[in-house]
Amino acid sequence: MSMKKKKNYNLIAGGILTGTMLLLIMIGIFYTPYDPNAMDPAAKFAGVSLAHPMGCDNFGRDVFSRVLQGSRTTLFVALCTVTIGTVFGIALGAVTGYYGGILDEILMRINDAVFAFPSLLLALVFISILGPGRNNVIAALGIAFVPSFARIVRGEFLKYRNMDYVKSAKLQGAGDWRIMFVHILPNAMPVLLSAIIIGFNNAVLAEAGMSYLGIGVQPPEASLGRMLSEAQSYLFTAPAYAIFPGAVIIWMVLGFSLLSEGIGAESEK
Amino acid sequence: MKYIGKKVIMMAATLLTVSFLVFLSFFVMSGDPVTSMLGTQATPEKVEALREEMGLNDSFFTQYFRWAGSFLKGDMGTSYSYRMPVESMIVDKIPVTLALTGIAFLLMLVLAVPLGIYTAKHEGGIADRSIYVINQIIMAIPPFFAGILITFLFGRIFRLFTPGGYVSYKENFGQFIGYMFFPALAIALPKTAMAVKLLRSSVIGEVKKDYVRTAFSRGNRSNQVFYNHILKNAVIPVVTFWGMALADMVAGSIIIEQVFSIPGLGRILLTSISNRDYPVVEAIIICIAFIVVFINLVVDIIYQLVDPRISTQEQE
Repeated sequence: MSMKKKKNYNLIAGGILTGTMLLLIMIGIFYTPYDPNAMDPAAKFAGVSLAHPMGCDNFGRDVFSRVLQGSRTTLFVALCTVTIGTVFGIALGAVTGYYGGILDEILMRINDAVFAFPSLLLALVFISILGPGRNNVIAALGIAFVPSFARIVRGEFLKYRNMDYVKSAKLQGAGDWRIMFVHILPNAMPVLLSAIIIGFNNAVLAEAGMSYLGIGVQPPEASLGRMLSEAQSYLFTAPAYAIFPGAVIIWMVLGFSLLSEGIGAESEK
Repeated sequence: MKYIGKKVIMMAATLLTVSFLVFLSFFVMSGDPVTSMLGTQATPEKVEALREEMGLNDSFFTQYFRWAGSFLKGDMGTSYSYRMPVESMIVDKIPVTLALTGIAFLLMLVLAVPLGIYTAKHEGGIADRSIYVINQIIMAIPPFFAGILITFLFGRIFRLFTPGGYVSYKENFGQFIGYMFFPALAIALPKTAMAVKLLRSSVIGEVKKDYVRTAFSRGNRSNQVFYNHILKNAVIPVVTFWGMALADMVAGSIIIEQVFSIPGLGRILLTSISNRDYPVVEAIIICIAFIVVFINLVVDIIYQLVDPRISTQEQE
């Protein structure tokens, strides 16, 4: 083997997987081969064919069309969740890390208590209060993700707040907000970015898990987790129905995690 | 000892905070349980009588301390839906969830430690690279889908267990463990992949340090250096991960219980959530919180045993 430069296979593979996934989801917004909710009794449990590339489900709905719609829902929920977690996490972590003091002490004690808790369980608590449904899942997961982001941002702000460049900005008369968001935050970005990608994957897995449990996205809206829970009842008669939605979740998560490793390796160069 | 005492106090404070937050959120958000119990047609007198009987007319703090106080005595309240004591509903479910989590944790250790050491020792080899690829894929599999695949593979094709054929630990302990093995495997797989990866990179990072070169230069044999020096230090960051993984497994078992129809805490939690049976939900959340916080305490103590530097650092 003669390689001059070691190729970043993670970045390439992650880019391809994520790119094709996003492309399919984009196409799915404008065009699906069938109406994802149209039932065709004649096509019940139809196998894989040209007409139905992933077969049909127990109501004769086209699985491929539903997978397209379902992955869009999953992606949307994950994006919103991570946005909520990041925005509130940055606000909380920046203020506590930069100012410190009693406020920091109180908020971080609460944060620690919540952080010690698996985020899935936390989301379940919120769902049991708010009730099931897509928007409630977004709110529940979003809130559940805040502590971990807050902790990371706080750590970065603690590290940078006494650095020379911050002191010099202060001497030049920059306000606290300017220092926090124009001077310190950009330096915290590399750490935050990898946390965001990991958070994104956790959100995809959590959304799928909650929909699987029947407390996420409600029917008839398609969701990958929900499809799997329906498919499980027919696992022994129509295994393909379970395999495809599951494979798409793996595809999505694998793409993003390879991409994040690739980006990490690239920035170390 | 001082270190452990401090950690125990921290644990109690965390539990207090969690219980307060949980009680507060259900108090503020959940609406009136009396209306859901009696329906909208009930007479005001009936509603008032039940409110008085359940103590719902007292102030928030009175209610919280009464709830927390009786919880400590083992009285977890009364279920709205079943009108029976919560503790009788969940006590025999706790061992099921604990067993599932425990087996999953053991599986993770048994698989991850040898694989992690092996891949680190043979860094860059074919086995190392194939395990890397397999790990990446396993980490992307949602545990419940792993459960479905395992059901299909081992339940249907190899017929190693009967899906849905759960046997209670009270009836036959051996068969109970036998049934739990495959659900536990579904929980353990993604964590194992992460554990292998972490141990591998931790060992590789340690090998490059100066003290290892010194140990070799003094003429130690390679296995001796590996197990007495490298592994001892490399395992320190991994212990923290094991603790977090164990806590995650407790939560993960909620989903896996659903996949394999195991009557543990997770199943009753989900039924109670859809029935809006708040006393049961609260009790289960607090029980799981206790398990999770206790795991963290044990990890902190073990952590100090493997790395004595920790306790002196904390005291500063």
